[in-house]
Amino acid sequence: MALVDLQLPGSKVVIFSGIGCSGKLPHFVNAYGIHTLHGRTLPFAIGTKLANPELEVIAVGGDGDGLGIGVGHFVNTGRRNVDMTYLIHDNGVYGLTKGQASPTLRLGLRTKSLPRPNINEGVNPIALALAAGYTFIARSYAYDVRHLKEAIKRAIQHRGMSLVIIQQPCPTYNNINTKEWYGGEDRIDPATGKPSPRLYKLEEAGYDGIVRKPEEASSKAIAALTKAQEWGEKIPIGIFYQNELVSTYQERISQQIPTYIENPPAKQVICDAKGNPITSIAKMLEELKVTG
Amino acid sequence: MAGGAQGSGVDSAANIFARACCYGGLHVYGKREYHSNIKGLHSYFHVRVSSKEVGADVDRVDLLCAFDAESVVRHIWEATPGGGIICDTEVLGVKIFDIPTWPGPFVEEFTKTLDEKSIRPETVGDLLNEVKKNNVRIYAVPYMTLLREIAEEIGEEKLSKLTRMINVLALGASFGLVDYDKKYVEKAIRMIFGEKPKIISMNMLALSKAYDYAQRKFGDFGFKLKPVPTDEERIFLTGVEAVALGKLAAGCRVQTYYPITPAADESEYLEENELFEIEQSAVKQAGGHIVVMQTEDEIAAVNIASGAALTGTRASTSTSGPGFSLMVEGLGWAGNNEVPVVVSYYQRGAPSTGLPTRHGQSDLRFALHASHGEFPRIILCSGDIEECFYDAAQAFNYAERYQTPVVHLIDKALANSNKSYRMFNPGLVKIERGQLLTGADVKDKEYKRFEFTESGVSPRLPIGTPGAIFWNTGDEHDEFGHIAEEPMTRTRMVEKRMIKLETANKEIPVQERVNFFGDADSSATIVSWGSPKGAVLEATERLRQEGYEMSFLQVRVPHPLPKEYIAEVLGKAKKKIAVEGNYSAQLAGIIREETGIVMDYFVLKWNGRPMSSDEVYDALKLIVQEKAPKRQVLTHGT
Repeated sequence: MALVDLQLPGSKVVIFSGIGCSGKLPHFVNAYGIHTLHGRTLPFAIGTKLANPELEVIAVGGDGDGLGIGVGHFVNTGRRNVDMTYLIHDNGVYGLTKGQASPTLRLGLRTKSLPRPNINEGVNPIALALAAGYTFIARSYAYDVRHLKEAIKRAIQHRGMSLVIIQQPCPTYNNINTKEWYGGEDRIDPATGKPSPRLYKLEEAGYDGIVRKPEEASSKAIAALTKAQEWGEKIPIGIFYQNELVSTYQERISQQIPTYIENPPAKQVICDAKGNPITSIAKMLEELKVTG
Repeated sequence: MAGGAQGSGVDSAANIFARACCYGGLHVYGKREYHSNIKGLHSYFHVRVSSKEVGADVDRVDLLCAFDAESVVRHIWEATPGGGIICDTEVLGVKIFDIPTWPGPFVEEFTKTLDEKSIRPETVGDLLNEVKKNNVRIYAVPYMTLLREIAEEIGEEKLSKLTRMINVLALGASFGLVDYDKKYVEKAIRMIFGEKPKIISMNMLALSKAYDYAQRKFGDFGFKLKPVPTDEERIFLTGVEAVALGKLAAGCRVQTYYPITPAADESEYLEENELFEIEQSAVKQAGGHIVVMQTEDEIAAVNIASGAALTGTRASTSTSGPGFSLMVEGLGWAGNNEVPVVVSYYQRGAPSTGLPTRHGQSDLRFALHASHGEFPRIILCSGDIEECFYDAAQAFNYAERYQTPVVHLIDKALANSNKSYRMFNPGLVKIERGQLLTGADVKDKEYKRFEFTESGVSPRLPIGTPGAIFWNTGDEHDEFGHIAEEPMTRTRMVEKRMIKLETANKEIPVQERVNFFGDADSSATIVSWGSPKGAVLEATERLRQEGYEMSFLQVRVPHPLPKEYIAEVLGKAKKKIAVEGNYSAQLAGIIREETGIVMDYFVLKWNGRPMSSDEVYDALKLIVQEKAPKRQVLTHGT
């Protein structure tokens, strides 16, 4: 839906996924779909975007994929600020392998598939993303379709590396962080008689995570980090942090290679019609020349 | 040969020496050895200078030029009778076992040698006196005195700032000793120190001082070096430079890498040359460039390269053994999704961290079998630096023609050694992109990325092409690229991929996959791959002059192996000799699997040093004289 709203034709979009239930996503969307390896979505996506920056590149994956085995790439991708979008489905479990604890499952929780309570603390994806250099960090919720669509749209439109953590109940294996739990159905507000949802929207609470001047970057990051600590009884969704003042990876490459954007690797012609190379290595050979 | 502690300018000295010889029209073949260390441990270069082209290491050292005491002791036994050793006068009094950098095994070996020779030298000077008895001449140069003179002349108070130039003093003395025209050395100094006029003038002064000193004091050295003027256009380059240039000529536009010895040098060279000209007449575009990307690890490196290759870009990554181990899963994804990605795999001492800075040739089996499941790949092995250039380019043609990963194996011995060559001809490089489609080809049609075809190769559309879409997945898939678990689809897809290797086997001419030297009816046939080529050619030439005819089958593409041809050649061979730089004779094993033919003799080496033509000659001679054991292990090198 987000892609349609943004009027992006399928052939201009490439969706990369990792391994897991969410890995199947590209097969359900009419865009180029590259279903990669566990934890390795970001490298494939970066490679494509690097070679052809004109394409709209979206990486999707689970929390196990992105914050466990893939966390090395997660962190280093933030450093680059490549202009692309990463959507992580956070459900606290490794669903496709039958429900093991994932990197975001909190200490002591025992979902129905676990023989013992979780002995690891959960990693904080928002905080990790801030430390790594992501310039758009948001959280949304699978069951709030409108909010999710808008978050994805904003993420795609953002100039730089965007991350959207999507809280995603797994009905099969995570019987703790369920739809009912997010919806607060276990805590009825005596005043209204209605469930009091755990999720709340940052924007509605007057929070503004957008950096408009370079001087604000530090304080906005600290505010985002503070907000990122909220979990359990109050879970913020919305844009935690956005900074479009940071140079993108493409811009940095252009500093070294002025023709990078106008003539990216994927578009370069490398030979003539007869298959003769057109790259001239005469200058390099001249530098290596010793006689003649 | 020149040696010194790492960090003392052994590298620049090596370059200056080699280039100075090249400028004078001499041919040079240079080898570098260094520890996995940044400063302090021993390193050396061994340069072979000749009026003819030379392509192999030899054991002898006609002139040993030592920057420090350790270099004297380490290489003392390699100095040939009639040869010379240049050293600092100050090392003469140094006690051998007081030198702090000896590893335990060295002390053991050295002590054993002293016992065998029944000598008990205490100081370096004592040791030098021993080899004098073998007609080795000792030339002690007062490096520090010369440095003090220089300091005075240029007004530098701190002598410590000048000790860096001991390497040039040593060089100057060497050239003075062999009476080589100084102007070529000056040219080399200017070239190596490029943009730094103050450094250049200081080094010129050092050169003169030492050169003049040697000319005045040492007149009796038997070896003289004379330039051989030539009009021929020649270049002097290393294996990594050859690979990089081959890639550029072939149109590689994305290279990823994670820093690892010795592969990182290739990527750094590419990055220095990331902007280049293109022949404007062919096409209108604003200059060419390659994007070189340092990644966070090798897993990212191979997968980013695949991601780039999916867009129709020629993409590659360069690494060594430990890095390739990490790339294995990515290799399988590329094989499964028929992605044309090229991996330049620099072999070094293995397993594990192994010998990061030393030669090795033991990863052929690994390159052949890496990754779970069965899928085609193509493997190239370069035998010398020139082959590195053309193989690096050809790798992309194979990758795109057969839409599969190509592994280009390059031995460390080739990566870091340098050699003079007649100018390469980039015009010989051809670019074949295989069945690459454009948007127009698939307009209004439903595109099947993995369409079943007779050759196994499906026409390939770059992702991002407007007007069409397709999918890739690591899972088994149908022709569109969607996950498919049906038995029939699975059967056909595996076959489709594997048939591509048969197609490659049919299409790639034998002469692209092997080199055959000598007479098919000779008394013995050597089978080898990679860098032993130079040593084998030189050794067999020597034997030929002694009346022993031997032929040499050099395998350049071990996969797909041209097995009918090899079976035919080896079927005629009276003695079949495997020469390889590994313990288990890996190529011989592959040939046995594919043809049933078993080698008669094995000449193997795995001590982390390249083969010298001398030890190969010795081993082969024993074989033709019927005195050889079935397996000989070569051990030369320091």
